[in-house]
Amino acid sequence: MLTYTIRRLLLSIPTLLFIALVIFLLLELAPGDPMGQMPLTIPDDVKQRMREALGLGEPWYTRFGLWLYQFFVVEPQYWIDGAFGTNFAEGKQRIISFQSRSPVFDTISERIPQTLWVVGMSYIVGILIALPIGIYSAYRQYSVFDQAGTFITMIGFSIPPFFTGPLLIVIFAVQLGWLPSVYDTTHVVRDWDTFVTQFKQMILPVMVLALQTTAQIARYMRASMLDNLGQDYVRTARAKGLGESIVVMKHVLRNSMIPVVTVIALGIPSIFGGAIITEQVFKVNGIGQLLIIAIQGNDIPMVMTLTFLFAVLIVMFNIIADVLYGVLDPRIRYD
Amino acid sequence: MLDSPSNALVSVRNLKMHFPIFAGLFRRKVGEVKAVDGVSFDIIEGETLGLVGESGCGKSTCGRSILRLYDITDGQIEIDGRDIGQTSQSYLREMRPTMQMVFQDPQASLNPRMTVEAIIREPLDEHTKLSDTEKKEKVYELMDAVGLNRRFAKRYPQAFSGGQRQRIGIARALALNPKFIVCDEPIAALDVSIQAQVVNLLEDLQEQFGLTYLFISHDLSMVRHIATRVAVMYLGKIVELAPREALYADPLHPYTKALLSAVPEPDPALATKKERVILQGDVPSPANPPKGCNFCTRCPAVMGICKTQEPEYREVEPGRFVACHNFNDQ
Repeated sequence: MLTYTIRRLLLSIPTLLFIALVIFLLLELAPGDPMGQMPLTIPDDVKQRMREALGLGEPWYTRFGLWLYQFFVVEPQYWIDGAFGTNFAEGKQRIISFQSRSPVFDTISERIPQTLWVVGMSYIVGILIALPIGIYSAYRQYSVFDQAGTFITMIGFSIPPFFTGPLLIVIFAVQLGWLPSVYDTTHVVRDWDTFVTQFKQMILPVMVLALQTTAQIARYMRASMLDNLGQDYVRTARAKGLGESIVVMKHVLRNSMIPVVTVIALGIPSIFGGAIITEQVFKVNGIGQLLIIAIQGNDIPMVMTLTFLFAVLIVMFNIIADVLYGVLDPRIRYD
Repeated sequence: MLDSPSNALVSVRNLKMHFPIFAGLFRRKVGEVKAVDGVSFDIIEGETLGLVGESGCGKSTCGRSILRLYDITDGQIEIDGRDIGQTSQSYLREMRPTMQMVFQDPQASLNPRMTVEAIIREPLDEHTKLSDTEKKEKVYELMDAVGLNRRFAKRYPQAFSGGQRQRIGIARALALNPKFIVCDEPIAALDVSIQAQVVNLLEDLQEQFGLTYLFISHDLSMVRHIATRVAVMYLGKIVELAPREALYADPLHPYTKALLSAVPEPDPALATKKERVILQGDVPSPANPPKGCNFCTRCPAVMGICKTQEPEYREVEPGRFVACHNFNDQ
């Protein structure tokens, strides 16, 4: 298993380098100008000098090489300096955003907590709702509960968050006035009252996102349970004289969790990626919103770095899912 | 006529297991598959009753119904003096230690995520109050009894060959000292050399623990080897039940004759002389069995009465039961 993991990690290096190249070339080929949003009164030659100051005068391979150097050498050195008080990164150029002129990673680390709170919480809530629904639907296949559950998850699957988001805002924020429609990221939890406010402002975005997660995972759980409920070893367990709860929870559920756990693991990168649309709807200034603004402003270093970080997360969680599969299922051997 | 002998461990009367068929837009019940349709027999303590028949005739369903792994449609089942025909599943759990089953597919019937030790031990956790060390000792004893090396206790089922997996299944069935074991084609998934080992193991265990078997198989020569009495099933019904020697020497029912004539004869000189009864046509669907005798569509000795009236299942000679109109006057 360890050799397998190490081999997969080594193989992911060329994959990631290739992904970085593709993202860079796509951004290079895409139309757009970082100076596009500057006032028209700035003369063209000044704009040209500004572009050169941003490094855009260099050929693409030089800029790509520099980005790689900054991402893989300078930034880690900077973190090491911050952690141990050394000065490896002294005087070296970090990745700087075109828009804010501040280091890209500083902005990202400011935005990550909001995203993790809202999107991460919705993922957890979604899983907690989905698993019991999936288990019970499968156990009572074709019952009223199953039919209703399947219907609701189908709706959750098919309705996009840009519809459910405003719909919930209209109902709960505008009509009923129970919950705020905007997520206030400056809000600090100090005591019980501020905690209640925080809780209330999280409900709407979390529920909108959780609907999607629930729909997907409940369906996987149900299918996987149904698959295992019909297996011969379940009959063996019943013939042993085990109670129904042990048969379902121990024999069936544990085997059914194998594919579901991998699906859950594969979904985790999307938490970090943020929910671009939902964050826009509820004004959560998380990673998704950061990416949208960076794309609008042609902020190539920011877009490049964010997209590449998502790629790293996706590749890593693919490896984690594969390794988890081997850990959970003794039938799978990687060595 | 069918009064159970005093020493019958299992007695089955008019057992019926019908599976409903749902179809159409609203999944209405449109019919039923009569997998087992009125079966009666006794199994005497310490004997092996062989249950034979072709694929799809309801052998496995019959075995599972007797252990109430299904909720049966109708009939009485009495095991070890207790009627379990209509008892609830939760009450049946307490009965499970007396009656166990060895399943056909040794791969699929073992939980792939449990080690051998966990598989054999689980019934002990559920039904006994032994201490941890006692349970462990018991698991090892059972592994010894079925000829599995104790060192294999921590391995998973997929690490074993088919024969070894079937031994795990047998050890598991034996864990609670059952009296009655249903062997549902325990050798069908094994190759011939391993079949003999497993059958011999079953015989040794029967002697050692005084077990009673219902041995379900389609392998007639294997049943002849292991069974004390043999029941022949066709389309959900028992057509003939007789002591082994009598049945193989002189089959009464036309279906039994046809079935036995299909067993290959090892001696080539005899093989050419042997009269082969070849049945025409296919087995009718158990969802729509023919009127009268179930076998009337294919019977070489069919008479007029067979197509209208169902033959009675009765004792025609001491210990020999047949359901056929040809024996009406006996």
